[in-house]
Amino acid sequence: MSISQILVSLAGVALVAFIVWFFWLKKEEGVAAALTSSGYQEATILVKGGYAPSTIRVQHGQPVRLTFRREETSPCSETVVLDAFGKSAHLPEGQLVPVEFLPKTPGEYGFTCGMGMLHGTVIVQ
Amino acid sequence: MVVPSGRVHCESSAATVSEELRGQPGVVSAHADAKQHTVEVSYLADLVTVEQIAQWAETGSPRPGVAAVHPMSHTGTDLGPDMGTPHRASATRVATDADDGSAASAEADREYRSLMRRWWFAAAVGAPTMVLSYPWLIPGLRDWFPRGSDQLRGLWAVMGVFAFAVLAYSGSQFFTGAARALRARQANMHTLIALGTGVAWVYSTIAVIAPQIFPEESMSDVYYDVTVVVTALVVLGLALEVKARGRSSEAIRKLVGLQARTARVVRDGVEVDVPVGDVVVGDEIVVRPGEKIPVDGQVRTGSSAVDESMITGESMPVIKGRGDEVIGATLNTTGAFRMQATKVGADTALAQIVRLVQDAQASKVPIQRVVDVVSGYFTPAVMILSILGFVAWYDLGPSPALAYAIIVAVTTLIIACPCALGMATPMSLTTGVGKGAEHGILIRSGDALQVTSRLDTVVLDKTGTVTWGRPALTDIVPAGGWDGDELLELAASVDAVSEHPLATAIVAGARDRGLALTEAVDFEAVPGHGVRAKVGTRSVLVGNERLLAREGITIGDLATTWQRLADDGKTPMFVAVDGFLAGLVAVADTVKDGSVAAIAHLKAAGLQVAMLTGDNQRTADAIARLVGVDRVLAEVLPQDKADEIRKLQLEGRKVGMVGDGINDAPALTQADVGFAIGTGTDVAIEAADVTLISGSLEGVVTAVAISKATMRNVRQNLGGAFGYNVLGLPIALGLLYPLFGILLSPLLAAAAMSLSSLTVISNANRLRNWKPKDGSR
Repeated sequence: MSISQILVSLAGVALVAFIVWFFWLKKEEGVAAALTSSGYQEATILVKGGYAPSTIRVQHGQPVRLTFRREETSPCSETVVLDAFGKSAHLPEGQLVPVEFLPKTPGEYGFTCGMGMLHGTVIVQ
Repeated sequence: MVVPSGRVHCESSAATVSEELRGQPGVVSAHADAKQHTVEVSYLADLVTVEQIAQWAETGSPRPGVAAVHPMSHTGTDLGPDMGTPHRASATRVATDADDGSAASAEADREYRSLMRRWWFAAAVGAPTMVLSYPWLIPGLRDWFPRGSDQLRGLWAVMGVFAFAVLAYSGSQFFTGAARALRARQANMHTLIALGTGVAWVYSTIAVIAPQIFPEESMSDVYYDVTVVVTALVVLGLALEVKARGRSSEAIRKLVGLQARTARVVRDGVEVDVPVGDVVVGDEIVVRPGEKIPVDGQVRTGSSAVDESMITGESMPVIKGRGDEVIGATLNTTGAFRMQATKVGADTALAQIVRLVQDAQASKVPIQRVVDVVSGYFTPAVMILSILGFVAWYDLGPSPALAYAIIVAVTTLIIACPCALGMATPMSLTTGVGKGAEHGILIRSGDALQVTSRLDTVVLDKTGTVTWGRPALTDIVPAGGWDGDELLELAASVDAVSEHPLATAIVAGARDRGLALTEAVDFEAVPGHGVRAKVGTRSVLVGNERLLAREGITIGDLATTWQRLADDGKTPMFVAVDGFLAGLVAVADTVKDGSVAAIAHLKAAGLQVAMLTGDNQRTADAIARLVGVDRVLAEVLPQDKADEIRKLQLEGRKVGMVGDGINDAPALTQADVGFAIGTGTDVAIEAADVTLISGSLEGVVTAVAISKATMRNVRQNLGGAFGYNVLGLPIALGLLYPLFGILLSPLLAAAAMSLSSLTVISNANRLRNWKPKDGSR
């Protein structure tokens, strides 16, 4: 094995390790939803190639309102599905679309785009 | 909704008003328009009223009669009793107004045109790039640009610039998309395409600028053609996808398009045409021949046949007269009538249908959850495979190793198609649910669809489902020389005075036969026996054996006929005139047209059919024999219906329950799939997984057939998408090379990738051509 082959192999292994760490071993703190005067825990999520913030922390037993705003034309993200709460919404570009639900039990619940390509998490505490 | 605001004069006041409104509870967004002096407000209907918003918009001065409020993007929300339960979706929903559908399609149209522009640019650069990347293969060009010459290098440098332009313009979305995803530490299809085309471009550019760092000449070849052609093909694929996807949501557009634009309303005694959005509950509306009925309502005067096929899927026009319910968006045929609006705007049957269908289309088929888990890992996994492929080819591959390694890595990135995987089930679900709506069947969610496709037992509630739910005259058996019509005329004349449902049925039967009734006098009801009265000079009795016995009238031969009718589940009644038996009449809850055929179709589809009723066993058995159900659950009290369903489920059956959605709600909820028979304009029946708008049992057959077809389509799509990736990735990695010398070109990989997602969409679109067939499987 030549030196260049050894170097390429090592670099490859390092890159693989980086990808595993970067995409799969992330631990997100998330953003806590704010309790507003309406009695809802509210958070606004920007939809642009992904969900920002992608992790929302809420308290259980209190209604949550996530307001989505989609700022892209790519049809991939045109629906958001909160499967665990039985909710979904169509997101027309540039419009604020609220989605409301009542988290009853603590846990981590994912939400995705209609095709399961974009991922977000609701952490119920 | 748009409210006028006198305070909005200029841009800065517009900003202030918007800001203020946004601060109010229940207001989601507010955008003031300085030119129109209006504010467009999205609000939550349960937290704030139109009047409040109008008032806020006008500096707190109360503004009575906000007549100029046009619903535009009214965002209603419901936090119903089902809130938080996982399978009955009642999502927050946006605008079900007519604008919504066309806005979505305009958005898709813009997207399509923009993608096509990008495709043409990439294609225009792509054609010469393909040729000029390998000039030594082409006679003529070979002499102008010999391999390794400075001219060729100069030409490639120009190509590099053009290729960059293609990446920046045609492929910009891949790079911006990838960058955004990276920021969220996520990867998607954009990441793969951006990496693939980007790597090819960077490698080529290094080869052009610094060829000397490569040990062999052939390693310094450029791959600008990969960059440009892959971008072109993927963009074209996306454009075609946008087109095809639009077709799959056609059902919603068709539904929204059904709405009437204007209504002819009587205001202050004058008929005026107003936009349908301005009709309020209680308005009197004039519907002329050939017109669309604008909103849901009740016929006041006049009558007509109404074509309701667009809502119920039933092709026969329905006769509507005074007091009958009419559904907005259905078509009046030849008559004219006046109606009173009972439901407008988001409450109309049509708006409810649109909402249910949208919710269902956005829900998930349970299989999709598995796919979601896979696709969560898919993209990074492909990147890892690509790196491993690169290393393997570099270390073990033939010379020039670097060139092969680059090609393999790029091809692997390009061929993987997470999109096909992700789209497989949503596309089929959208089409299948839309198809259901076309046939008057509202499937509430992906869960409901999947379970419907797996039902093995259908339980039908007898009354109102299999039968009409009201008695009707069935038999007239004259005796003692009487004529049937005479007999019925006398019985009906007596019964006309009574309010008993059985009496009503006899009277209705007589009227249907065109008999004239005579007024009865000296009417007397004998509880538990029957009734007696004088019709003209005759004394008439209508009742049971006991009544006749009391009067000392002998029954004779008619006793056997009476027994036979009773055995058939009918209610026979003796008629006696002037002390002698004149015959008997019988009434029964009659079976709906089509029930027999529908049950036969259900059985042909391999389902066991049971009937559930509170009736006694004898009546139940009689109906069961008539319609051909396999199993009868008789004498079931209303509150025990759910238990009967549970018992069937304990036998390991997947049970569908068909009922009216009100009395049967607990049983519908208990069943694996609850089918609610529609009752007029109320289509959003909470307890139901599937609503059959037409009220015909045939709807169950169609629902089962549609769900089976849809699930089959889902499985084909998933199989195809998984299969494609499972086969494509190893080929791209060059696993076939050692055996057969086959190595995929990145250009072919790009074409395959685009084709795979288009195949998934086309397959889902195939469902659009689905048609119910008799005895459909």
